[in-house]
Amino acid sequence: MESIKITVGLGSCGIAAGAGKVFDEIVRIKEADNLKFDLAKTSCIGMCFREPLVEIKDETGSYLYGDVDVKKIDEIIEKHIVNFSPIKEYIVKSDQFDTPYKEYFDAQVKITLRNCGNIDPEHITEYENRQGYKAIRKITSEKTPPEDVIKSVLDSGIRGRGGAGFSTGMKWNFARNSKSDEKYVVCNADEGDPGAFMDRSVLEGDPHSVLEGMIICAYAIGATHGYIYCRAEYPLAVKRLNLAINQAREKKYLGNNLFGIEGFNFDIIVKEGAGAFVCGEETALMASIEGQRGMPRKRPPFPAVKGLWKKPTNINNVETYANIPWIILNGPAAYSQYGKEKNRGTKVFALTGKIKNGGLVEVPMGITIRDIIYKLGGGIINDKKFKAVQLGGPSGGCIPEYLADTSIDYESVTATGAIMGSGGMVVMDETTCMVDVARFFLDFTQKESCGKCTFCRIGTKRMLEILTRITQGEGKEEDIPALEELAQQIKDATLCGLGNSAPNPVLTTLKYFRNEYEAHIRDKKCPSLYCKKLLTYEVIPDKCTGCVVCKRGCPVGAIDGDKKIVHFIHQELCTKCGDCYSKCKFDAIKIS
Amino acid sequence: MRIARIKPEAVNPDKRTDVDLSLIDSVIERYKGKKGNLIPLLQGAQTTYGYIPKEVFDKIALETGLKKNDLYGVATFYAQFRLSPVGKVVVRVCHGTACHVQNATVITEDLQNFLNVKDGETTEDRLFTLESVACLGCCSLAPCMMIGEETFGKLNGKKAVDIVKSIKRKESLDNKPNQAKPELWKA
Repeated sequence: MESIKITVGLGSCGIAAGAGKVFDEIVRIKEADNLKFDLAKTSCIGMCFREPLVEIKDETGSYLYGDVDVKKIDEIIEKHIVNFSPIKEYIVKSDQFDTPYKEYFDAQVKITLRNCGNIDPEHITEYENRQGYKAIRKITSEKTPPEDVIKSVLDSGIRGRGGAGFSTGMKWNFARNSKSDEKYVVCNADEGDPGAFMDRSVLEGDPHSVLEGMIICAYAIGATHGYIYCRAEYPLAVKRLNLAINQAREKKYLGNNLFGIEGFNFDIIVKEGAGAFVCGEETALMASIEGQRGMPRKRPPFPAVKGLWKKPTNINNVETYANIPWIILNGPAAYSQYGKEKNRGTKVFALTGKIKNGGLVEVPMGITIRDIIYKLGGGIINDKKFKAVQLGGPSGGCIPEYLADTSIDYESVTATGAIMGSGGMVVMDETTCMVDVARFFLDFTQKESCGKCTFCRIGTKRMLEILTRITQGEGKEEDIPALEELAQQIKDATLCGLGNSAPNPVLTTLKYFRNEYEAHIRDKKCPSLYCKKLLTYEVIPDKCTGCVVCKRGCPVGAIDGDKKIVHFIHQELCTKCGDCYSKCKFDAIKIS
Repeated sequence: MRIARIKPEAVNPDKRTDVDLSLIDSVIERYKGKKGNLIPLLQGAQTTYGYIPKEVFDKIALETGLKKNDLYGVATFYAQFRLSPVGKVVVRVCHGTACHVQNATVITEDLQNFLNVKDGETTEDRLFTLESVACLGCCSLAPCMMIGEETFGKLNGKKAVDIVKSIKRKESLDNKPNQAKPELWKA
């Protein structure tokens, strides 16, 4: 019994699902029954759809339990730990037998997430025990010239995982070639895309891999200072980063004359964002670190030439840095064996929306959207019809079902009108209204526009007004051409990525779901039955029992009827609030 | 657009004069004279007071030499900063993409009806502030909301209202400090 280890997944998702209470319960049982086992914490394991997750490792193997709550953990400990009999139906992964999730795990290649869910992120030794800080030790002890480090990164073929997909090696080269007394390494951890949480999981689950990636970058380009710009909405990530930085300082991985190299000085500071989506744009991010309003500025000069405090700056995303130590240690060829052509390595996606297995998956580049949704995602919730997938957040677009065999690589995704983006993948089914989705994203970009460029500031607002009107049944024929014209003007006349890409959700839905726009405008109907103003509520006479519940509840008195007499909704009075529909116990209200 | 136009009276609706200005001294001490200190100063002030009172803007400007113009410019640009006090309990309803396609709108509507406030407002008894946020990053639990530091997932309108109701009941029954169980996992 001595060799039993129980690990609880305590990432943000797990905690929200109640993992903290499960952990406390395990402590309580352990003390009350005087049981002997090791209890450990880890972060996100990736299977968010089965959180809270608890792993038990004993002499016979490892067993991952899903959907654990306080009651279940009692049963699990009783049967598994005390009586040595694992409860198979609760187990989602084991090295002893196959579970229904075999395909989910087999299709993944974990490089970025190599440690997430396997280590306690709050202890540096756990990272070190899994080859942590070995890559930087290797290049410093072998005195690898910085140019060769950059060449390795270049040869691996890794491209910026923040979304734009610029070659990381080339970026480092530009920063190396800029002459200056001071250079900066910045990590963009301002993960603002709604529906994306890959970076959060890496920061919470494996912060040291990001630090090591940044240290290697500092070595390669000759930087002395590092900043991690992290969203304030990620309190746990900020806490664990600061903890990791302090531990790294104690171990002399950060500080002066690092790894025995005279003059290799590098330290990292965490800067908390203050809630502005536009700060994910690199020039706005730097303005924010400098303490100003986060407004983008014109490029060139690029940050590699004139960046933070006007010094050469290399800026990469969390995921990119987390890959670097692995590439250095295993060689560029090991990384580039995954993927195809110009798209090498792996990419982490946050699968959300109407999908069965929502969570994080890391897959080789070049996999198809269909494989991700059906092999890894397990298909659509309630087996409804898959309609579209949204890639790239507010800057991206919707890819329809018939293009689901599109390969996931920067070029193919861009060709559809969407963008690869940071990795948010929101799955939509037949009940999602595409006009409303476009309206939703425009609402977001309109609020988040910094206001500097007129076309972004006012153009997005006009587009939002038009879209809102369409979803409320007041659309006009000329609205579609007006949207297209505005979209083009905004794309042409704005400075930064936010403005350039803001019309994408509208353009892609217009391209693939034009019929939905037309149904809203011409027929005043929402084909997905989502836009409330366009619905009609009717009583199904055969089902109505005449219980008067809807009549009493109707706020405008639009329902006629008496006890045991079939009710009737007066359409001219109905305000389409949906109250009758949600209150009816007999499913006697029909929406059309 | 990210620029919030401030009406003069909205800057300090309470006309509070009981702001203890000495509380901010340590924050000013820590960041004074450092480059890039403006945002950390405002964040420190907000952590101290729950919002940034007008007097604190004055004091920071006076003691650090930063321009009041810049302070307000930054404070109104970022969503995080508040210029008026909030309720004891802040309810943040997530409106990320995943939550939106899972009907987060209904949650906000039902909470608005129950609390009788609009989005972003505080109830009259200063107990609840209702807010919409872009994404809490718990997309697999969508739709979700965050109350204090606790996240509630897989909601619908009724569940959300029930949670708020139970908090309201607890708050009105006892004003005694919450004797919650210690949370060992945080240690």
